[in-house]
Amino acid sequence: MHMSENLTNIVESILFGAGRPMRLSEIRTLLSTQNIEAELPNIKIAMNALEDRYATSALEIKEVASGYRLQIRNEYGDFLYPLWNDNSNRLSKALMETISIIAYKQPVTRGDIEDVRGVSVSSQIIRSLLDREWIKAAGYRDVPGRPTLYETTKVFLNDLNLKTLNDLPPLPEALPAEEALDQLEVG
Amino acid sequence: MKAQAQLEFPLFKGEALTQLPEDLFIPPEALEIYLEDFSGPMDVLLYLIQKKDIDILDLDLSEITGQYIQYIELMDTLKIELAADYLVMAATLAQIKSRMLIPQADEEEEEQDPRSELIRRLQEYQRFKSASESISNLPRVDRDFFIASAALPTFKEQSPAIEISASELAEIYHEASTRPKFSAHHEIMFEELSTQDRIALILSILNKHNVIQFFQTYQKQEGKQGVVVSLLASLDLAKDGHVELIQNEDSNQLYIKSTNRGFH
Repeated sequence: MHMSENLTNIVESILFGAGRPMRLSEIRTLLSTQNIEAELPNIKIAMNALEDRYATSALEIKEVASGYRLQIRNEYGDFLYPLWNDNSNRLSKALMETISIIAYKQPVTRGDIEDVRGVSVSSQIIRSLLDREWIKAAGYRDVPGRPTLYETTKVFLNDLNLKTLNDLPPLPEALPAEEALDQLEVG
Repeated sequence: MKAQAQLEFPLFKGEALTQLPEDLFIPPEALEIYLEDFSGPMDVLLYLIQKKDIDILDLDLSEITGQYIQYIELMDTLKIELAADYLVMAATLAQIKSRMLIPQADEEEEEQDPRSELIRRLQEYQRFKSASESISNLPRVDRDFFIASAALPTFKEQSPAIEISASELAEIYHEASTRPKFSAHHEIMFEELSTQDRIALILSILNKHNVIQFFQTYQKQEGKQGVVVSLLASLDLAKDGHVELIQNEDSNQLYIKSTNRGFH
């Protein structure tokens, strides 16, 4: 078998077998356990070849925060959703607001979240986000009470098909406060 | 999008209610559903404002405040447990409204519009609410796309669901509630091997034999308890000087020797 084609197949088998995002360096480590020494650029070439191979199929190679992942394209999700119908993926508005505030303003305390939302943050929401590994504690703010600071994780980005926080939809601009006040004066 | 479709209006019995009655009369049976659909007082307020199709900056507070308080009163009448946050918002609105009713003297022209802080918070909330809706609409794993994987599944150890009928439950309760009687019965068992009785027994044996071996004071079938009771009885007798307990260094045997002091 041609070496590069072989490498493409090996990368394919690793992605399929892992079922989670894999970094190029992780793949290189797995290859070296079988005495195959491959450079990262070569693995990347194999990855690209794999992408081409899947171009017309239901599968795709997607690069997310924790590496490359083999997944079923969005447009086929509708067929699988009833098959794996899992209501645990229904997330409440309150939870989505909370994770959004954490994502755009991180690191934040519960108090920061409450300031924006105008309601106390239920422990249940925080626990649910921690259980999903969408957020993690990232130290404490140095104020009385030492509240926990939360930030989002790579898993959060992975689960939303994103590579970095910059891939999040932009936060709508706020009206400048002075302008708002000027307008009030008129009205 | 499926599960997290953006909800412009709250759902009632699976249908979007596209309009609220103008006086904000919410059918009582729908109120709880409304409450669940709003994420908090800011959300309710924003909804009321958007319903009126007015800019946040043109906020007519007296009208919105009236509606908001009406809403809260209705929830109170229906005994829906209100989060304190809703009441805080009502108080904030009432305070701003009262400040706006007070005519402002000219020199106070510079004073901030009482609405400005609320408007600033509403705007801030609106930014994140809108962003959270965008994030909800992003493709999400296990909802919109799925991982192609031949990985070994990880099984969660599931605690079996408890299946129990009402009669079984009653039976168990009965069994549990009558259980203390067993323990009472148990205590009577202890009484059968009383130390006092054992003392009398040892003394009666010592009346015939001056020295006896310890193992003669109990019976095999009494088990450990018999040994313990005999030991306690012997120690008690020794303490009061009625017997001496003798054990040779090189022997396991314990002897009980009468001191012949007689009994009181």
